[in-house]
Amino acid sequence: MTTPQPILRVEGIHKTLGDQLVLNDVSLTVNRGEVKILIGPSGSGKSTLLQCLNFLHHPDQGRIWLDGREFKATSRRELCAFRQQVGMIFQDFNLFDHLTALGNVQIALIKVKGMAKAKATHRAKEELARVGLADKMDLYPAQLSGGQKQRVSMARALAMDPKVLLLDEPTSALDPELIGEVLAVIRFLASAGMTMIMATHQIAFSATMAHEFLFMEKGRIVERGSPVHLLAPGATSRTMAFCAKINELSGDLGMAERRCASSSSALADKPQGGHGTT
Amino acid sequence: MNDYWHFFLNDVFPALNQGLWISIAVIVPSALLGLALGVLVGSLRVYAPAPVRLLNEVYVSLFRGTPLVVQLFFWYFALPHLQIGDLRIVLSPMSAAILGFTLCSGAYHSEYIRGALLSIRHGQIKAAQALGMSKTQTVLWVVLPQAMRRALPGCGNEIIYLIKYSSLASIITLNELTGIGRTIAKQTWRNIEVFVALGLYYLLLVTLATLLLQYIERRLALPGFSHARR
Ligand SMILES: Nc1ncnc2c1ncn2[C@@H]1O[C@H](COP(=O)(O)OP(=O)(O)OP(=O)(O)O)[C@@H](O)[C@H]1O
Ligand SMILES: [Mg+2]
Repeated sequence: MTTPQPILRVEGIHKTLGDQLVLNDVSLTVNRGEVKILIGPSGSGKSTLLQCLNFLHHPDQGRIWLDGREFKATSRRELCAFRQQVGMIFQDFNLFDHLTALGNVQIALIKVKGMAKAKATHRAKEELARVGLADKMDLYPAQLSGGQKQRVSMARALAMDPKVLLLDEPTSALDPELIGEVLAVIRFLASAGMTMIMATHQIAFSATMAHEFLFMEKGRIVERGSPVHLLAPGATSRTMAFCAKINELSGDLGMAERRCASSSSALADKPQGGHGTT
Repeated sequence: MNDYWHFFLNDVFPALNQGLWISIAVIVPSALLGLALGVLVGSLRVYAPAPVRLLNEVYVSLFRGTPLVVQLFFWYFALPHLQIGDLRIVLSPMSAAILGFTLCSGAYHSEYIRGALLSIRHGQIKAAQALGMSKTQTVLWVVLPQAMRRALPGCGNEIIYLIKYSSLASIITLNELTGIGRTIAKQTWRNIEVFVALGLYYLLLVTLATLLLQYIERRLALPGFSHARR
């Protein structure tokens, strides 16, 4: 086992939006190759936290380290350099509407990384092929399904070679039948050793690959631990209770407990503890 | 009948054709400079820091809030009387007209551009920034290409207006279409024929401009960007 190598570490993040303290002293560390899952009720601050991690929101207080170096948002140039290394996937995709799938993936390579156009095209095609969209390159966002749009946005983020990928409810805006194709990409990335922090309500799915669940409530991380522990049959964790509630809401009254339990039993053969990269 | 043809062929058309070129020499630069100014001012009104934004707001209200004729009089007749140190600016009728039309249409274009910029979903700006784009890069490569498409119908209409209000240049002694038309009418006393012909010249210019704008719109059309022109 390799020693854990912290990629992104934050300490004591505070953020006030309007007159509300949305993040209250949040700290977390994600090591290379780890997947951390943020869960919690609506309004608990998951999106705000993820946006603080790449300075789309500037934290009011707190420190951030990326790959061992503390980052202080002192100049705009540094800020742009920092953001290139932290990929972000949004709930509603946020593709550039005037560009084709290829153009969406290409543009930052050319304009931000200064890559030659031919090279950027080549790279963008590779990334699109990786998410299964080799045949959709020339389509515009208006011509793509939600699942395809989200996969383009993942190709766009991955093309920048980020050190860590932040995903904010990547499947919440999708029709149920389209969720699978996006989850498949996420699972592939996890197995390839991509470091990720994901806010999601797909608890059963994320339990199969998460190294840690972070349960947020009112701007704080109130519970953290491996899914095996938090979702063990009979566990009394907040996570378990929340999971049961989600399943209830989605109509599986009674099934809820069993589903949460089964999502953790699926983990039984998965090694826990310090994970090395693949 | 023969007399009419004679009059048109020998007097009206040759003179108006001359005026036509002068009109075009005013309209084309005013349209291009006005649009460029409108894009700049519109972007600043949305994205610049507060003091710059305010300055641009003042410009727009000033030029939208005063009659164009008064603006033209100012550039042509009043400006030479303003002496700052040793500097005194005297503009030719042509320069005064281009300056006046550019500043006026720039103010209107900026309205359309501003509205279009505000209609771009904020999520795309966030996505651009998350990829490491600077603010300027975001505006240049993400926001403006979309905003221009949205603003095109409005800006196109403004250019059509410009073609028509370019006739005001005649009152600062520029011999463009309208100026020449008035001169021939005065000399020949054949007001009906001259002014009908003059109207047709403008109609022709507007029709050509409309076709050109439609062509540009078609060329720039993209899936997901619907146009509600007319
Ligand atoms: N721009 C803003 N101004 C003021 N308050 C805000 C702003 N953005 C978010 N908030 C508030 O901050 C709190 C946290 O919002 P956030 O979007 O981070 O929650 P979330 O956990 O992502 O919720 P969800 O599951 O609904 O996405 C909410 O109470 C929200 O009302
Ligand atoms: Mg959210």
